Amino acid sequence: MKKSLLTLFALMLALSLALAGCSSGGDSSKGGDDDKVDPNNVMIYGRGGDSVALDPAVVTDGESFIVTEQIYEPLVNYGKDNTDIVEGLAKKWEVSEDGLTYTFELEEGVKFHDGEKFNADAVIKNFERWAKSKDEEKFYYYKSMFGGFEGDEGHVIESIKADGEYKVVFKLKRPQAPFLKNIAMSPFAIASPKSLDGDKLSKEPVGTGPFKFKSWKPNDTIVLEKNADYWVKDLPKLDGVTFKVIKDNSSRLNALTKGEIDLMDGLNPSDMKKVQDNGKLQLFERPSMNVGYLGFNVEKAPFDKKEVRQAISHLIDKQAIIDNFFEGTAEPAKNPMPPSINGYNDSIQDREYDEAKAKELLAKAGVPDGFKMDLWAMPVARPYMPNGQKVAEAIQANLAKVGIEANIVTFEWGAYLEKTRNGEAPVFMLGWTGDNGDADNFLYTLLDKDNIGSNNYSRYTNEEVHKLLLEAQSTPDEDTRAELYKKAQEIIHEDAPWVPLVHSKPQLAGASKIKGFVPHPTGSQSFGDTSFE
Amino acid sequence: MFAYTIRRLATLVPVLLGMTFIVFMMIRAIPGNPAQLILGQQATQEAIEGLTRRLGLDQPWYTQFFAYIKGLITGDLGVSLKTNVPISEEIWPYLAATMELAFIAMIIAIVVGVNAGIISAWFQNSWFDYSAMVLALIGVSMPIFWLGLMEQYVFSIQLDLLPTTGRDNIRVPVDPITHLYLIDTLIQGRFDQFTEVIRHLILPGVALGTIPMAIIARMTRSSMLEVMRSDYIRTARAKGMKMFWVVYKHSLKNAMIPVVTVIGLQTGLLLGGAILTETIFGWPGIGTYIYDAISFRDYPVIQSGILVVATIFVLINLLVDLLYAAIDPRIKFK
Amino acid sequence: MSEQLAKSTPPLVPQHVPAPVEDKVISPWKEAWRNFKKNKIALVGLSIVSFFIILAIFADLVAPYHYRDGNLADKHISPSAEHWFGTDEFGRDILSRIIYGARISLWVGFFSVAGSVIIGSLLGIIAGYYGKWIDGIISRIFDILLAFPSILLAIAVVSVLGPSLKNALIAIAIINIPTFGRLLRSRVLSVKEEEYITAARAIGMSDFRILIHHILPNSLAPIIVQGTLAIAAAIIEAAALGFLGMGAQPPTPEWGKMLADSKDFIIQAPWTVLFPGLAIMLTVLGFNLMGDGLRDALDPRMKS
Repeated sequence: MKKSLLTLFALMLALSLALAGCSSGGDSSKGGDDDKVDPNNVMIYGRGGDSVALDPAVVTDGESFIVTEQIYEPLVNYGKDNTDIVEGLAKKWEVSEDGLTYTFELEEGVKFHDGEKFNADAVIKNFERWAKSKDEEKFYYYKSMFGGFEGDEGHVIESIKADGEYKVVFKLKRPQAPFLKNIAMSPFAIASPKSLDGDKLSKEPVGTGPFKFKSWKPNDTIVLEKNADYWVKDLPKLDGVTFKVIKDNSSRLNALTKGEIDLMDGLNPSDMKKVQDNGKLQLFERPSMNVGYLGFNVEKAPFDKKEVRQAISHLIDKQAIIDNFFEGTAEPAKNPMPPSINGYNDSIQDREYDEAKAKELLAKAGVPDGFKMDLWAMPVARPYMPNGQKVAEAIQANLAKVGIEANIVTFEWGAYLEKTRNGEAPVFMLGWTGDNGDADNFLYTLLDKDNIGSNNYSRYTNEEVHKLLLEAQSTPDEDTRAELYKKAQEIIHEDAPWVPLVHSKPQLAGASKIKGFVPHPTGSQSFGDTSFE
Repeated sequence: MFAYTIRRLATLVPVLLGMTFIVFMMIRAIPGNPAQLILGQQATQEAIEGLTRRLGLDQPWYTQFFAYIKGLITGDLGVSLKTNVPISEEIWPYLAATMELAFIAMIIAIVVGVNAGIISAWFQNSWFDYSAMVLALIGVSMPIFWLGLMEQYVFSIQLDLLPTTGRDNIRVPVDPITHLYLIDTLIQGRFDQFTEVIRHLILPGVALGTIPMAIIARMTRSSMLEVMRSDYIRTARAKGMKMFWVVYKHSLKNAMIPVVTVIGLQTGLLLGGAILTETIFGWPGIGTYIYDAISFRDYPVIQSGILVVATIFVLINLLVDLLYAAIDPRIKFK
Repeated sequence: MSEQLAKSTPPLVPQHVPAPVEDKVISPWKEAWRNFKKNKIALVGLSIVSFFIILAIFADLVAPYHYRDGNLADKHISPSAEHWFGTDEFGRDILSRIIYGARISLWVGFFSVAGSVIIGSLLGIIAGYYGKWIDGIISRIFDILLAFPSILLAIAVVSVLGPSLKNALIAIAIINIPTFGRLLRSRVLSVKEEEYITAARAIGMSDFRILIHHILPNSLAPIIVQGTLAIAAAIIEAAALGFLGMGAQPPTPEWGKMLADSKDFIIQAPWTVLFPGLAIMLTVLGFNLMGDGLRDALDPRMKS
């Protein structure tokens, strides 16, 4: 028996070696009794991590949204490559003079994947599910974008009512300038009312989108197939989309090069040239809606001194960082928000690289010979900072020139965020990707004193900034708001709680046959009109 | 022997319990709150505190520990914090992936190692012997994560012979039944997929199998040399090449002892090595499952994942000890 | 383990020369060295190890550049007369980084094993000498530690302590404790009942003196053999932790970390991946060969 087993193994080995020789030839789809799905018309999207859940209302991670964006749709959408508002499941909408009433006119004849009808009632049921839950851990985005839940003081939505089957009226308690932008966010997409009970949605998502959920192998693949009854004519063009987890960026590129996948995100900037030189591949650039920064804990000496913070700002060669670690695919940042967002203050003069100036400022702060410090660098690649560790090494080298000895410290990502949030890090690298393309989502969220212990990792407090940001929140007029934000940016620039480093443009690579794919600044987009040539 | 088995099994219980306790205390000492990771960078402090409460992580440790042990007794491994799925439901595909990989690695190690050992001994001091033994020496010193990278560079990137990552062709994915893809594809009669699965197994299998292969080769050779010193083999040798097959057959039985020893010794290394191999080859196995859980602070998964792996490990060791007795009559149990 | 060595002739004690008294202690070591010298493979191992030790000690003199120095403009230069092993993505000389890296790998190897030897031996001796419930507890602890796949345990320990070289060293020391603990325990158990120990006890020798004078010297040989092999394993484990980002932090030129940092560039700059890996393999090979040789030379009974 032993011998026969061994013979079998030897045979298997021989067989496998022979197979290694004849690399994967034809796409064998002979077992394909699947109805009409052409495996060659299914797009395989390679990414670094798996989704957490497929109910967009309960997740906060991009890897989940990128999938739910295919399955569900919100009332209004962002433009293809910007955050302007265009129609979605609502074909028209009206805003009252006082900014308190929003009336949405819905598309008719739309059906959810489970055959349920999409109508005003479905919209109301979804919003009621969130508002009445009072479950801030579960519906985190609802609370943060609409100021709380039903009955809360800060809750901005007063009521939602149907006006006929295809009209919904939202009444607000007070004007909220970015209301439409909020409604358009992935978490507020509409799910089938029949699927709302319990936690079913997380595993068996049902929406109105161009693709239907088929299967999910955790940490491996999520398979979506074409929604043949999609309400937009002639869409989707693909027969399906498969999301495949390949953790390592360069392995993912290998898989793309070999044709195992069709599109990938998280391309290492250093691999861009490889993609450009390959006739079978093309590059996609995601417009920037993020900022990567070096933050100071303004409560910790010596970073409680403005001069020290400014001195370090003069020691960072942003262009060199961009050239070497972003291959030029980022813009140097001078403000805490990206230029594409309304209210960006372009008149601010960035602090240029200048060792002499830095020394002078250090002397003024009483530390002419430098000091020792811990420099925290994130352990994982983020869209705004594909390689924090290496950028930190470059910063470390520059600081050494004036006698500042930086010791690079890192923790697991979760611990890193928690410790930074608690103010344990004196100097740290972090960043932010905007949720909805509004200035409030950068300046107030990241630098207002209300958010210390939350997303204001610098623990920066400035009463004047606080006043400006609060005023901007309830000002409906966009131009007035922009002026308020510009003023706030001036003060922040002077105080220098951060050194804004870059606004990155994350790179994607895909097979050259892909058409109609436009990466969206928020990080997720529908593949409804993507096609293969 | 039955009594011995029972006694050994009984001693496993305190070991596994003690281990569970150590892991339990250890993961709670890891900085970083799972609630933070679940909610992400955008989360507020209140949300994090709320979730911490809901997950029961604000309870004293002993309450949590006894709750966990109580669950274990009823076969409940807990629920993953990340996916919200009971671990007993989601662990099998990962375990199956690692088992398939470890199995192939062991097959490669045994087939190549035993044969190299026998031939080396037969042609002692020949060029084959020398090169095989030098290779074996290098093999035991191999950092397998480097070997894996080099394999990818040569066989996948440069020669374009084999895939770099994953278990199957994504375009023609395997429909899992048992999650052991070699078996699944055979059941379904999908030989095209079967060959794909084999092709995906080769590179990680070789990487993971290298160290056991080298050790098996060396041990087989030395046990063979002892056998060959016996008179009857010397006579057989004198009669020439034909006798090689006689000796070969005879040696296979002898080689079983080193092989079994190595399986016992290397299972732990294999399971550990699997973390590195799986990381490099994007293999969705138990190693990555636990490793990801550590990064994500998914306490129940770390806890139960390690418990499952350790249980398998100690059971295999027990099995190996029992096998010794079966193979080698000299060994007896008290 | 190595059959090449297993074959080597068993030590022949010259019978006709009456051994001088003071030679009693020295002669087994001399003899071991004589056996060791005969073993070519072991000598190769010793030379490799010595070579890396010398590199590590004189890194400042030997290395053409400092491991930290580099110019972003010089990134990814392929191997040339100026940079024998090429440069990495920061334009740093890889040869120099490997030379300095030898310091780190050897340092982690020696000290983690030293830690395991000290703690393991102590626990093993206590367990073996005092027996009873103390033995029960300590042996169970060893069993528990051995029930973990070792790298997993190391990862868990580093996760608790935070990623750094020092913590990686501690983690590696912990996972090797049971190896030495069990070794010493069994030694003590076998020596304890020997007549001379009973005699020593009878004349009122304290436990401590018995330990120092009789038990430890008797256990030294296997410790050295196991220790050498454990250093090899520790070097690989440290590199593995570094590779997973759980060991040395930048800009420390740790070999495993160098591999992790350069694996993204394997296509553009394969030399950045090739050489650190070779360095790990060679060092580990050296210690393995030496350990095998020592095993045969010091303690022929341990041959497998």
